[in-house]
Amino acid sequence: MMTSGWTWYVVVLVVLNIAGCLWLLLANVKRRPGDPAPEDTSHVWDGDITEYNKPLPRWWINLFYITIVFSIGYLLWYGVGRLPGYGHWSSRSEWAQDKAAEDARLAEALKPYAGKPIDALAKEPGAVAIGRTLFGEHCAACHGSTGMGAKGFPNLTDEVWYWGGSPDNILETILKGRNAVMPAWGPTLTAQGGALAVDDVVAHVQALSRPGQPEDAAAQRGKALFDTLCVACHGPEGKGNTMLGARDLTTARWLYGGSKAALHQTIADGRNGVMPAWEPVLGETRARLVGAYVWTLSKHDAAPAKEAVP
Amino acid sequence: MNNYNDKVVRQFAVMAVVWGIVGMLVGVLIASQLYWPALNFDIPWLTYGRLRPLHTNAVIFAFGGSALFATSLYTVQRTCHVRLLSDKLAAFVFWGWQLIIVAAAITLPLGYTQAKEYAELEWPIDIAIAIVWVAYAVLFFGTIAKRTVKHIYVANWFYGAYIITIALLHIVNNLSIPTGWFTSYSIYSGSVDAMVQWWYGHNAVGFFLTTAFLGMMYYFVPKQAGRPIYSYRLSIVHFWALIAVYMWAGPHHLQYTALPDWAQSLGMVFSLILLAPSWGGAINGILTLSGVWYKLRTDPILKFLIVSLSFYMMSTFEGPMMSIKTVNSLSHYTDWTIGHVHSGALGWVAMISIGSIYAMLPRLLGQPQMYSVKLIDTHFWMHTIGVVLYIAAMWIAGVMQGLMWRATDPDNGTLVYTFVEALNATKPYYLFRVGGGLIVLGGMLVMAWNVFKTYQLARGGIAAQAVLPPDAADARA
Repeated sequence: MMTSGWTWYVVVLVVLNIAGCLWLLLANVKRRPGDPAPEDTSHVWDGDITEYNKPLPRWWINLFYITIVFSIGYLLWYGVGRLPGYGHWSSRSEWAQDKAAEDARLAEALKPYAGKPIDALAKEPGAVAIGRTLFGEHCAACHGSTGMGAKGFPNLTDEVWYWGGSPDNILETILKGRNAVMPAWGPTLTAQGGALAVDDVVAHVQALSRPGQPEDAAAQRGKALFDTLCVACHGPEGKGNTMLGARDLTTARWLYGGSKAALHQTIADGRNGVMPAWEPVLGETRARLVGAYVWTLSKHDAAPAKEAVP
Repeated sequence: MNNYNDKVVRQFAVMAVVWGIVGMLVGVLIASQLYWPALNFDIPWLTYGRLRPLHTNAVIFAFGGSALFATSLYTVQRTCHVRLLSDKLAAFVFWGWQLIIVAAAITLPLGYTQAKEYAELEWPIDIAIAIVWVAYAVLFFGTIAKRTVKHIYVANWFYGAYIITIALLHIVNNLSIPTGWFTSYSIYSGSVDAMVQWWYGHNAVGFFLTTAFLGMMYYFVPKQAGRPIYSYRLSIVHFWALIAVYMWAGPHHLQYTALPDWAQSLGMVFSLILLAPSWGGAINGILTLSGVWYKLRTDPILKFLIVSLSFYMMSTFEGPMMSIKTVNSLSHYTDWTIGHVHSGALGWVAMISIGSIYAMLPRLLGQPQMYSVKLIDTHFWMHTIGVVLYIAAMWIAGVMQGLMWRATDPDNGTLVYTFVEALNATKPYYLFRVGGGLIVLGGMLVMAWNVFKTYQLARGGIAAQAVLPPDAADARA
C-alpha cells in the first residue's frame, strides 16, 4: 500500500492536470479583445502558409467537457491511491465475489457427475462436452487436439494403454500422473554383449513386433541380452507390464519411433515419459469428465470389460 | 551560404522509402509465418520472436523516424527562413541514425534484446540513440533560435515537443545495469518496470507516432491545399492538452494486471480526456480544406493527407474506447489491438509520411511534380485497400477471439471453446492480413519506382535553393 504522501502527490498532479485542461478550454472559448479576427491571416511562413483564427467548434468543446466531467466522476467513484472511492470498489473484491459465484455455479454443475466411473460418464453427452473442453485446454498441448498424440506423447485414440485401459486405470493416470522410465541401457549392454549389443537388441525388438517371422543372427544375439536385462519389465515374451508402464513390444506401435535409429536411442540412452498429476489442477470430478471424453476417443476391445454402473 | 541544407532532407527522404519497404517486407514475412509456420525454415534468426521486434523497430524508428527527420529538418528551415544550424551536425544525425538502424537489424535477429516492447535494443545502441538524439535536438532548436521570423510556426511546436519528450522517455525507460556488451538488466522491477515500460511505450505512440506527425500535417496540409490553417486558437488548445494528457495514458496497456487499481483508473480516464485534444489536430487539418475540397479529385497527394487524417480520427476514437476497462476486458490480448495499431501506423503515420514525401521530393529536386502523378494515385488506392483489408481482418479476428475466449456455457459455467478452437477460427483472417500487407508493400514498391524516376529527371544537377526572406511584417529584428 502506498503512503498517503504519495497519494496526495498523485492527487495534486491529477487535479492540476485536469484543471489545466479546463482552464485552457475556458480561456480560449471566447475571443478576447485584441485577438485576431476569425478570418485574419496575420502571419506568413514560407511564402504562402497562413493561419485563420476561427472559433473552436462547439461540439468539440462539449466533447472535451463531457470527457472531463465523466473522468472526475469516475475517479471520485473508484478512488486514487490510498483514497477509496465512494463506490468502495476494488478489483480484488470484485474478483473474489465473481469467483465465489462461479465456483458455486460450477460445484452445482459438476454435482451430478461426482464419483461416477468414466465409462458411465462417457454415455452422458453433457459430461463429454465439458470433458472435451477441459481436454482442449489442458491436455491438447501434448496429446494433440484430436487426442492422437505425438512423439513421446501417447495416442489416446487407439487400443494401446501403457498403464492399463480400464476406466479406473485411466482415471488414476489422469488424477495422479505417471512417470514411465526407460533406463539408459547402452553402457550395460555394451559391457555384456560387445560394441554391437544395442543393435542386436534393436534387431530382436523389431523381430518381436513381427511375430512369426524368423529371427536373424543379430536378433538371436539380441534375444539373449533381452532375456537377461529387459525381461524384468517387458516380460519374457515382450508383452510389457502395465503396472510399470512398460510397453508391449509385440505391437508395431512405437511411442518414440520404430526406426532402427529411434529404437537405438531409446535403448541406449533411455526415455523419461512424464504425465503430470491433474487432480491438483482440475479436482476429482473434472478429471473424471476428462476421462469420460478420453473414453469416447479410444477403442476398448483390448481393455478388460467392466459393466457401467448408471 | 544563404541556401537551405536540403542534402540531409533528401537523404532521409530516400531512406524513409527504403526502410519502409524493408520494414513492411519483414511485416509481410512474419504475417505469413503466422499462417504458414514453416516459413521460418527452422533458422533461429528468421523466427517470429526475433523478426517481430525487427519489424516494429524498422517501421517505427527507421521508416517513421527517417520520414520525421526529413520533414522536420525541411519544415524547420522553411518556416524559420534560415539554413540549418550546422551541416556537420546534420550529417552526423543522418549517418548516426542509419548506423543505429543497421545495428538494430543485426542484433535483433541474433536475439539480443532487452525484452521491452519498442525498446528492445541493448544498452550500447541505446547510448548511441541518446547521443544522436541530443545532436538532433541541438540541430533543431539551434535552427529555431536563429530563425529570422518572429513567430514559431505551429508545426515546429509539435516537432519540438516530440524531440524533447522522446529523449526523456528513451533515457528513463532504458536505464539498466549492463552485465556484458549485449546483456543488461533493467533498474526497475515488477509492476514498476511494467509501468515505466508502458509509460514509454504509449508515449512512443503519443509523441513519436502522433505529435511528430501532427507537425508534419501542420506544414504539408496547408501547403498542399493552398489554404490557411483553420484555427490558430484550436492549435493552441489541442497542442497543450495533447502533450499534457498523453503522459498519463500508459497504464491503459496494463488493465487487469498487477498494476494497482487506481493507476489503471487514471490510465483509463486520461485516455478518455485525450479524445478531444487528439481530434483537435485532425479537425484543424480537415477543416483547412474548407473551400478546396474539389482539389481531392485531381490531387492524389492531398488524398493521402486527408485520408491519413480520417484514419487518425478513427484510431484516436478507437484508442480511448479500448482503454475503457469493460471494452478492454474483451479487446486485450486479441488481434483487435493489432488492428488498432495498424490503423494508426499504416493509416495515419504511413499515409501522412507518404503524402508528405510525394509533396516534398519534387521541390527538393527542382521538379514541378513527381515523375508520375498517376502512379501516386495508384499507390494511394493500393495503400488504402491494403490497410482496410488488414484492419478489417484484424477487427473481426480480434472481436471473435475475445468473444470465444470468454464464452461460457450458460447452464454450467464452463468454457465453451478451447484456445485452439479460437486459434483455428482466426486462421482465415491471418491470410487476409497477409493479403492486405502485400498490397501495401506493393504500393511502397510503386513509390520507390516513382522516386527513382523522379531522381532521374533531376540528373542534370540539383540547384541549391536560396533561403526565402520572411515578410517584412514578420521579420525578426
